[in-house]
Amino acid sequence: MLSIRNLTASVGDKQILKGLDLELPAGEVHAIMGPNGAGKSTLSNVLAGRDGYEVSGSATLDGVDLLELEPEQRAAKGLFLAFQYPVEIPGVGNMYFLRTALNAVRRERGEAEVSAVDFLKLAREHMARLEMDPAFLSRSVNEGFSGGEKKRNEILQMSLLEPRLAVLDETDSGLDIDALRVVATGVDGLRNPNRSMLIITHYPRLLEYVKPDKVHVLTDGRITRTGDHSLAHELEEQGYTPATAGTAS
Amino acid sequence: MSEVIDELVEREYAFGFHSDIETEYVPKGLSEEVVRLISAKKEEPEWLLEWRLAAFRHFMTMTEPTWGNVHHAPIDYQDMYYWAAPKPKGPAPKSLDEVDPEIRATFDKLGISLAEQERLSGVAVDAIIDSVSVATTFKAKLAEVGVIFCSFSEAVREHPELVRAHLGTVVPPRDNFFAALNSAVFSDGSFCYIPAGVACPMELSTYFRINAKESGQFERTLIVAEEGSTVSYLEGCTAPMRDENQLHAAVVELIAKDDASIKYSTVQNWYPGDAEGKGGIYNFVTKRGRAGARAKISWTQVETGSAITWKYPSVILQGDDSVGEFYSVAVSTNLQQADTGTKMIHIGRNTSSTIVSKGISAGRAQNTYRGQVKVLRSAVGARNHTRCDSLLIGSECGAHTFPYVEVKNDSAAVEHEASTSKISEDQLFYCRQRGLTEEDATSMIVNGFCREVFDELPMEYAVEAQALMRLSLEGAVG
Repeated sequence: MLSIRNLTASVGDKQILKGLDLELPAGEVHAIMGPNGAGKSTLSNVLAGRDGYEVSGSATLDGVDLLELEPEQRAAKGLFLAFQYPVEIPGVGNMYFLRTALNAVRRERGEAEVSAVDFLKLAREHMARLEMDPAFLSRSVNEGFSGGEKKRNEILQMSLLEPRLAVLDETDSGLDIDALRVVATGVDGLRNPNRSMLIITHYPRLLEYVKPDKVHVLTDGRITRTGDHSLAHELEEQGYTPATAGTAS
Repeated sequence: MSEVIDELVEREYAFGFHSDIETEYVPKGLSEEVVRLISAKKEEPEWLLEWRLAAFRHFMTMTEPTWGNVHHAPIDYQDMYYWAAPKPKGPAPKSLDEVDPEIRATFDKLGISLAEQERLSGVAVDAIIDSVSVATTFKAKLAEVGVIFCSFSEAVREHPELVRAHLGTVVPPRDNFFAALNSAVFSDGSFCYIPAGVACPMELSTYFRINAKESGQFERTLIVAEEGSTVSYLEGCTAPMRDENQLHAAVVELIAKDDASIKYSTVQNWYPGDAEGKGGIYNFVTKRGRAGARAKISWTQVETGSAITWKYPSVILQGDDSVGEFYSVAVSTNLQQADTGTKMIHIGRNTSSTIVSKGISAGRAQNTYRGQVKVLRSAVGARNHTRCDSLLIGSECGAHTFPYVEVKNDSAAVEHEASTSKISEDQLFYCRQRGLTEEDATSMIVNGFCREVFDELPMEYAVEAQALMRLSLEGAVG
């Protein structure tokens, strides 16, 4: 599924990822935790193809090297990034945006486009599962959305686009307890044997709802420790310092 | 993104073809004789010839204005044709079936099938090539409710009293340099008259096409909405790709009498010139409306074409409680220059006006909003709200805003908001991560930016405007 080998990324003279290796088999959910500045968001940006990084190494999804592709081609291959800070696009209706995205991905996969009528039906089903108000669809993309609404909108998109690999970049940040529950159960409901997820987070709260198969600790641009779900709790109690000291379990 | 923006320059103009229609010209240049010749060709009454000649004599005393934020080589007014017309192949056509097939083919190619329009779309169309109107559809149906919709020349022949009573009452021949020129040599255009209390049963539309070489187009449109009537009117324009610049100096006058309402929409797509700024239309236009008591005049324009656009659709809010609106999207790419905006002149009590201007510049284009809100002493309780937003694509283009506000009544409330933004990398990356190409993403973001204005356009034109916007920005990114 996703296989990352010796991935490095720098901005100018500053190296942020320093030879990162990661194997994420199909159907598994892995969490990446780590202190501020360890390179967590860089990892998600580099996987999704954001400009501005000098990159080497490889990151293959189903045998295709993502690093060779444009961002939209990676999306078509089934990569989805749930943004930490979803972007506002004034004047563009959410419904129109979602349908355009879905059809772009479907076109790329050689599937038929979804008509406006069918899409509305589909979107309503997905929204009901995420406890979202259908009025969402008629608003502009993320414009004037609260933090919780923006994150829910990300998960709605993920739900509609049915990605092969979902990268969630601090999806739990800025959410109150109720919003976290809704978003997290939404994410958990999207687990399936053909889908892998990489959950990037600071806190283990989200992982209570979405139990990861593995937890990786990212420090200073590398995976320094890997464990099971219990590692998240250990980190919460003891902080990242013991991990950076290299006491790999 | 920057290399991508360079590709903007690669855009192509889809309507640049030239039709092989046999054309009749009057000799090149501007003189009293040419004015007389044009008037004679149109078999005009004496009063109109005199009106033209007065305008011509005044024009000769004027100099071209230089206050616009536009730059171009001097225009040689003696080196162009002031009259060009498809040569008639027999008597004037009585119905669409008799229209020259080559002319019909031209409009078919432009996506304006005259026959189809007549049958299906429910939009009455007046089609104008160069200096003359070649066909007007739906005339009979409109006549049933007393609406007159015909070419200007025909109006002069059939309804001289209506033309004479209103012509030049909103834009006098001496108003400005280009209005004076137009008044002297105007060729054709559309005339609409809506009787009192009538809601015009369909959209009226004029389609302007410049075809002939080295010719200017000087059309004149006059819309008169009698008391309590309503009308919605659209104009569209294209021209072939040519290396030399062509002048388009039109005048549009709107008269909305008490309780009347006129909605005037423009989708302007004149040839903008090539990537190096060669060729293209100089679009120097005077558009103005006068609103009576409780009347409403609304201008909506989508300006994507022309090498230079210089126009300020305005409203004189003369009657109490009258309303003026201006919604504008102006796109300039390559070396296009747009200096456009509006004037709202508040005279009556409790008059209100709204201005929403969206300027988009890409490539090395310059986009200027120039607007004036004038509240006279008599305009107790006048209100204006202005919003000017500029969107920049790339780093070599410019956006400028010149709002002039002149208030002589203390009870007036005038608000002005302005913003300038760029399409952000964040927005583009977000869209691309969702599977959209950079070009689709740009087009989507730009259309979102223009949405408020597009919402004002009649449905089918809103769709056309979006498609046009996409075409204009093709290669801007992507």
